[in-house]
Amino acid sequence: MPNETVLTMRGICKQFPGVRALHNVDFSLRKGEIHALMGENGAGKSTLIKVLTGVYGKDAGSIHLDGVEGEANIHSPQDAQNIGIATVYQEITLCPNLTVAENMYIGRGASFLVRRKEYEKKAGQILENLGIPARPRQQLASCSLAVQQMVAIARAVDMQCKVLILDEPTSSLDDKEVQMLFSLMRDLKARGVGIIFVTHFLEQVYEVCDRITVLRNGELVGAYRIEELPQVQLVAKMMGKDLDELNSMNAFERWNRTDGPVVYEARQLSSSESRPFDFQIHRGEVNGFTGLLGSGRSESVRAIFGADHVTGGQVKVDGKPVRITRPIEAMKHGIGYLPEDRKRDGIIADLSVRENIILALQVMKGFFRPLSRAEAEKFADEYIQALNIKTASKDTPIGSLSGGNQQKVILARWLLTHPDYLILDEPTRGIDVGTKLEIQKLVLKLAEDNVSITFISSEIEEMLRTCSRLIVMRDRNIVGELTGDDLTQTRVMQTIAGGEAS
Amino acid sequence: MKTRREPLTDTQLLMTITICIFIAMYALAMIFLGGGFLRAQQIFDLLNDNAPLIIVACGLTVVMIGGGIDISVGGVTSLVVMSCVLYLNADGNLFVSMLLALGIGLAFGAVHGLLVSYLEIQPFIVTLAGMFFARGMTTILSVNPQKLTHEGLNAIRSIKLEIPWLGYVAKNGNLIPGRIELGVLIALLCVIVIFLVLKYLRLGRNFYALGGNQQSALMLGINVKKTRFMTYLISGLLSGIAGFVFMMHTGAGNATNAAGAEMNAIASSIIGGTLLSGGVGNVIGTFFGTLTLTTIKKIVVTSGLKDPWWQSITTGAMLLFFIVLQSIVLSRRGKSRAKG
Repeated sequence: MPNETVLTMRGICKQFPGVRALHNVDFSLRKGEIHALMGENGAGKSTLIKVLTGVYGKDAGSIHLDGVEGEANIHSPQDAQNIGIATVYQEITLCPNLTVAENMYIGRGASFLVRRKEYEKKAGQILENLGIPARPRQQLASCSLAVQQMVAIARAVDMQCKVLILDEPTSSLDDKEVQMLFSLMRDLKARGVGIIFVTHFLEQVYEVCDRITVLRNGELVGAYRIEELPQVQLVAKMMGKDLDELNSMNAFERWNRTDGPVVYEARQLSSSESRPFDFQIHRGEVNGFTGLLGSGRSESVRAIFGADHVTGGQVKVDGKPVRITRPIEAMKHGIGYLPEDRKRDGIIADLSVRENIILALQVMKGFFRPLSRAEAEKFADEYIQALNIKTASKDTPIGSLSGGNQQKVILARWLLTHPDYLILDEPTRGIDVGTKLEIQKLVLKLAEDNVSITFISSEIEEMLRTCSRLIVMRDRNIVGELTGDDLTQTRVMQTIAGGEAS
Repeated sequence: MKTRREPLTDTQLLMTITICIFIAMYALAMIFLGGGFLRAQQIFDLLNDNAPLIIVACGLTVVMIGGGIDISVGGVTSLVVMSCVLYLNADGNLFVSMLLALGIGLAFGAVHGLLVSYLEIQPFIVTLAGMFFARGMTTILSVNPQKLTHEGLNAIRSIKLEIPWLGYVAKNGNLIPGRIELGVLIALLCVIVIFLVLKYLRLGRNFYALGGNQQSALMLGINVKKTRFMTYLISGLLSGIAGFVFMMHTGAGNATNAAGAEMNAIASSIIGGTLLSGGVGNVIGTFFGTLTLTTIKKIVVTSGLKDPWWQSITTGAMLLFFIVLQSIVLSRRGKSRAKG
């Protein structure tokens, strides 16, 4: 019975303009198993889920579902629901203004009237059966997020789903809530439901899953039984590196300076998005935060800069206690931050290169003491030349520049404020290799000039090349700090995976 | 466990607040202003004068629950009044005039619904266009006020429900019974029907789901476009009915009929506990919202502030008071939930 296959996807291909999102991916799910779907960002997990749930059409391949004759035709989320594929998304897709029972039954069946009493009775039974602490007549908004998620699952269960897709259901839950969710998942597993579990949290995978399918760059890496794949190998497979190959790669000669005075120190700093952490950086040091996506690396540096709502902790700049709760305060203390998503947080596309460059300096001076045009022109010329920014002129709108050059403009913006401590979150993402190297060189040159830098990149090689100290994060906690000889890909991966020896 | 009372839903909570405030306000008026407020006829007059507003506000409540807005209702009402008066004065058939009223309302509702749901145009813009269009059409039909001369309808107009025991004794010693117009009964019927639709029909619950979270509604398997279309259709239909009731009340067509009705209707809905953001509200609340709004105006006039701007200022203050109150109540609720 447990080996009976409930869902088979074969040779799934999906092409978006300019991107091959899925290429010839196979996936199979058995009855009564919890199957993790893993991969880094852009690996194709979401696309595969969306193909399965009918949000996207597939370009090629076939889907077979137990109990459905021939190929399953899925053209909309409704189709998927009707043949027994239910999905619970990270974002709760229920209506907060309705009651729990209504959320479980709305949009189903074809009756003209609402049979409230009947729904409430049935909902009550299911909730009790599954041990979900919600009352049918309660307004959904009065339940915690975890319970809301469980109500969504209860709805799926009541629809007699054969396949239940949980798309990052744990990202907004705390540890206790996660445990509640897991016991519900195990319960459903015992009832023979096949569960696809998508998550970024490695430990959760090893806690509940039976098998793992790994995707990378839209292709299938493989499907493994959980016992066959230790965490460190899973990480290696997700990142696409062979461990032996990694071991043989040698570290470059590294800028290494941790002898200067501490310029920034945080104790138990926490924000609305990050858990409390300790951190310090010396003058002229380059360090890095690393970890898988969702591990909390960006959230940590955002807390340092005051970009998210800071909720606690002490901060010292140059040994003096200060309060940093808003970006402007961080800037006044000599901290600069180049955000991860430059399109959203960084550039102002319609303004010119010159205006984008002087922006941060202008903000710091205050808007009532504008920089003169001549000064602005001078700064712009200086940095366009220094950073080798390729632009038609300094009056060109920044939106028309290439990604790499946009990034340099934003870098110039921060350099102009002469920061003591500069945070670069994914400065090299989406730009060409040449510019990447230029930026890395620039980072090291700045460090020589006594600027402290925190550098974050998804590409481990880059971080190993530039950083003298790496802080490793997993599941929103700092799990290790690597320096000196420990700065190798193998060690980084082991630390990410949980200190397990390969 | 089974008989345990659940905390009120947001809809119930806001409605209860409105009803309590209305009763308190009316009681204060009875104590301090006395006079007319001590007579049942005062309420009957409020209802007689504002039956069309109640009907229109019900339609608006439906649209707002679905997360939309319809500001054409006053214009459509006015167009219906003028069309029906002209048609009846030209020796029209009473029954056909009713169909005409419903037809005009439905036509506007359907066009708005189609544009908003299927072409996904902003409802504010679509119904703003509808409002101008209807107002313009009304003026084209007749610039001058038209008095209703149709005998059949005038006969029906004069029918009043008389309730002797709710009457009062006039100065000359005659008993004047409480008088309620037919239009009020139609308005109450509309309130009840819409209440039942919202509470017991699948369609009605889908309105709430749509307003609660459109994306979720889609994922839950609701036909979002059709559901949204229906909210505008119902609003249009009720505007048509309101127009007919308006004509029965005034007995004349005038290009400025129901001027500002859309804004009063929106205010009534909001005071009645409907959230502009959708998903919360019901027509019983709206009914009391209309009463609250019109009573406060009456109180202002009775207190001796007869200039029209005083009513306007009070309406504004009232609306602001309710919106602030609602937002405080709901945000406190959200906070205590987050803690629990």
